[in-house]
Amino acid sequence: MIEVRNLSKHFGDKKAVDGISFTANDGEILGFLGPNGAGKSTTMNILTGYISSTEGEAIIDGNDILKNPVKAKASIGYLPEQPPLYMDMTVKEYLNFIYDLKKCTLPRNTHIADICRLVKIDNVYKRVIKNLSKGYKQRVGLAQALVGNPNVLILDEPTVGLDPSQIIEIRTLIKKLGRNHTVVLSSHILSEVQAICDKIVVINQGRIVADDTAENLSSSLSGEHKLSVKIDGPSKEVKELIESIPGVKSVTLIAERESYSEFSIESDENTDIRRELFSRMAGRNWYIIELKTSELSLEDIFLRLTMGEKIELKGGKRQ
Amino acid sequence: MTAIFRREFVSYFTSPIGYVFLAIFYCAAGFFFTLSSIQQGTTELNTVFSMMMFVLIVLIPILTMRTFSEEKKNKTEQCLLTAPVTLGAIVFGKFLAAFLVYAMGVLITLVFAVVVAAISTPDWLLVFGNILGLILLGSAFISVGVFVSSLTENQVVSAVLSFAIMVILYLFSAIASIIPVDFIARIFTSLSFLDRYNGFTYGSFDLSNILFFVSVTAAFLFFTVRVLEKRRWS
Repeated sequence: MIEVRNLSKHFGDKKAVDGISFTANDGEILGFLGPNGAGKSTTMNILTGYISSTEGEAIIDGNDILKNPVKAKASIGYLPEQPPLYMDMTVKEYLNFIYDLKKCTLPRNTHIADICRLVKIDNVYKRVIKNLSKGYKQRVGLAQALVGNPNVLILDEPTVGLDPSQIIEIRTLIKKLGRNHTVVLSSHILSEVQAICDKIVVINQGRIVADDTAENLSSSLSGEHKLSVKIDGPSKEVKELIESIPGVKSVTLIAERESYSEFSIESDENTDIRRELFSRMAGRNWYIIELKTSELSLEDIFLRLTMGEKIELKGGKRQ
Repeated sequence: MTAIFRREFVSYFTSPIGYVFLAIFYCAAGFFFTLSSIQQGTTELNTVFSMMMFVLIVLIPILTMRTFSEEKKNKTEQCLLTAPVTLGAIVFGKFLAAFLVYAMGVLITLVFAVVVAAISTPDWLLVFGNILGLILLGSAFISVGVFVSSLTENQVVSAVLSFAIMVILYLFSAIASIIPVDFIARIFTSLSFLDRYNGFTYGSFDLSNILFFVSVTAAFLFFTVRVLEKRRWS
């Protein structure tokens, strides 16, 4: 479990992190989302005790990282932005070194072998790290974080440099780990955070701009009052018919194809027009080929939030 | 600490640095031994030992230049500093590894003593006193080098800077002789590595000299810890 209260870090005049607070519980995957230079890595470096905070406190599993560093660090596995690998060592030597460094008590050989199997580096186990590809280096970095089975995993952009199939593997792995660890991961890839995380903290210029679950973040911003629909029928008449549905504010024809026309419908926030739409179309024998609510993707939310546009979130809190 | 010590020690020999250091150390020591003992036909080893100070000034920076510089550059220090070990353990582990490599170099002087012993009986007490002096001088220089390497992430800068500092430390007694103010000159003299070390090579066994080198070692290791600590706060 991680508790962060009012954390700040100043580099001279620059406020890299400016009074952020959040909590990540056991069995929770928290995603840290923000553009480059938002303060993601700085926050993670503070959490792991690599640098100190100017103000505020970070508590890892009940131990303050500044007051009780050795104990707090013992329950953290950290994968920094650039995996801290000793290039002149083999994977075997390196993981054994980390094992000793972290003063592990788990059975050495089986523990390390388990980790290697988990992140799929057992086939390069005896090779020198210098000669490994970037994807493998990243995975050795992840393996290093897992040594000692720490409660808290802090992963700074864990899927950088991996190919698409590896990304899926690692995401699946992180999800699996998230069941019994506290995982904090940072990313600027929105779909990644959306796919893995239970909770998302959006950070920009050192401040938290949103802190909520992935679903809440997108649903609260869009609601179900914006529909995108594809209908097989004469476009002009269809449009008129939709406009006659009570609650509809505006209808826009987006595209006209041979087999269907696509519309974007905006309705009152409180009325759900989908059933009415269906029955009216059915009555005229026009076919609804596709009907979906046009929720904002995290991309849109993210852009809006970080552009400083004022958006009231229904479900979550905004700071 | 043992994990860091072991990794560091092994890495001296997975890279050329350990071999280069020992090879040059053995060559230089052998050269001085041949020149000052064998050529002169004496069993006296003191000259060898007093010449070794120059060798240390040149070689110790090579031994210590990468201690922290390389870690900083490759960001591997992140792994050490976020591990559940204290800064003191990290610094001491690294110091000990460099010290052990150095001690392996110093061992060659024991071989010289044995060679001398084949011809006549060396003054063993004097020999061991000298070896102790060399080891203490080396440990003080190594801690200076470790300290300097924590200041920069460039190994060349680290080596050159340590070399410069060691030369200045060596010149302390010369500096003292040109300072007209008496009490300042006395401070320089009492901090002179050369005078303190020569005490050993002259065959005098002075506890204050031993304490001096041990304190210098401890002080610079402490400074190194402070540098690492300070870096977290800036």
